[in-house]
Amino acid sequence: MTNKNVWLAGVAVPVVIAMMLLAGSSTVRANTAPSAATAAVKIDNFVFGPQTLTVPVGTTVTWTNSDDIPHTSVSTEGVFQSKVLDTDEKFSYTFSKAGTYPYYCTIHPKMTGKIVVQ
Amino acid sequence: MSDKKHDLIDQSLQDLDNDGVDRRGFLKCMAWAGTGLVWTMSGGVPVSRALAKGYGKNAGKGADFTFVQISDSHIGFNKPANPDVTATLQTAIDKINAMPRKPDFIIHTGDLSQLSKPSEFDTLDQALKGAVAKQIYFVPGEHDMLSDNGDQFLERYGKGTKGSGWYSFDHKGVHFVGLVNVANLKAGGMGSLGHEQLEWLEDDLHGRSASTPIVLFAHIPLWSIYPDWGWGTDDSEQALSYVKRFGSVTVLNGHIHQIMQKVEGKVSFHTAMSTAFPQPAPGTAPSAGPMKVPAEQLQKVLGITDVNYLVSGRSLAVVDSPLGS
Repeated sequence: MTNKNVWLAGVAVPVVIAMMLLAGSSTVRANTAPSAATAAVKIDNFVFGPQTLTVPVGTTVTWTNSDDIPHTSVSTEGVFQSKVLDTDEKFSYTFSKAGTYPYYCTIHPKMTGKIVVQ
Repeated sequence: MSDKKHDLIDQSLQDLDNDGVDRRGFLKCMAWAGTGLVWTMSGGVPVSRALAKGYGKNAGKGADFTFVQISDSHIGFNKPANPDVTATLQTAIDKINAMPRKPDFIIHTGDLSQLSKPSEFDTLDQALKGAVAKQIYFVPGEHDMLSDNGDQFLERYGKGTKGSGWYSFDHKGVHFVGLVNVANLKAGGMGSLGHEQLEWLEDDLHGRSASTPIVLFAHIPLWSIYPDWGWGTDDSEQALSYVKRFGSVTVLNGHIHQIMQKVEGKVSFHTAMSTAFPQPAPGTAPSAGPMKVPAEQLQKVLGITDVNYLVSGRSLAVVDSPLGS
């Protein structure tokens, strides 16, 4: 596969979802649009950004550590737990149920954040 | 130099001088330049004086024993703030080995490693083997308990300790207590000792004579230096309430990679420089991350702390020395 094809495939899914959302369709089924929604949390200067992130059910959230110091992203209620993320390392978790998910860095517990899944 | 830090240090000082030296002004400079400080405890009254040029040569002479504190080696760290932390640790060890009086032992107040990797601990062990003092006491920093709840740290450095690695020992009349405040940290909180350790501490100190000099050491400061950055320990007041009746208490910490001190009653608090990289003064940067300084200045902001104990006055003199001096 060429790079171009990969790029097109990556763009196609969000475009389809966007079209369905624009149409206000109530017939969107999970199996026709597999969980392609993604969102990002950047860890920078000992802060999770954004500190509260609201996403639809099925979204995969990816944390990226941009600090020179390792961090973790660990659910306060034990729902998810990253390994230790060194500089530029990432952790992803897919939220399949609605709810509010507080989390923190177990190394620097002053660092807290929240994922709201709707 | 930031005014904020000046204020912080000013607030923490009490006018206890009796040696005619402008201690307040001196401490400000020392905390910044890291060029050295003598801090003596006499009969529970803390006295500090300027580290005169000649003092370094005489350090330890007349003292009953000397020990050295090193901290925050962060072996494995390789970012621009210091691409070679093993070399600066080695410089610290060379400095210890060149002391006029051989220290009885070394205390390492945590963050031995950057990522708790076996290879990082191996490198540290290898370097420390070259130190003249063979007895080394450790407490873990948060970087030493990253993936395994500290099991590896305990296996290597905490044999015979209690809980997550706390213990006490006596040396020539001084009672030393190593505490762990980096385990089981709670969301939104700072360092934590926990109920079990506090109970043990109370029991450990129970029945000891109030004239016994006490040295508490732990990684994160046991006093609130800057809660916004987590530079404090949530339940340290409980621990400090157990040492109030003692005439001389010295608290040695690391974690913040800079010298800070405070005197509160008969308790003197002191944080050591790192052997790896400096961190910003409280509130002077967006975060507590590693601070990049020009290469030629690095050795001025890294260092070791040696402590001299004099039986006669039941006093401890704390001397900070940068690597590049």
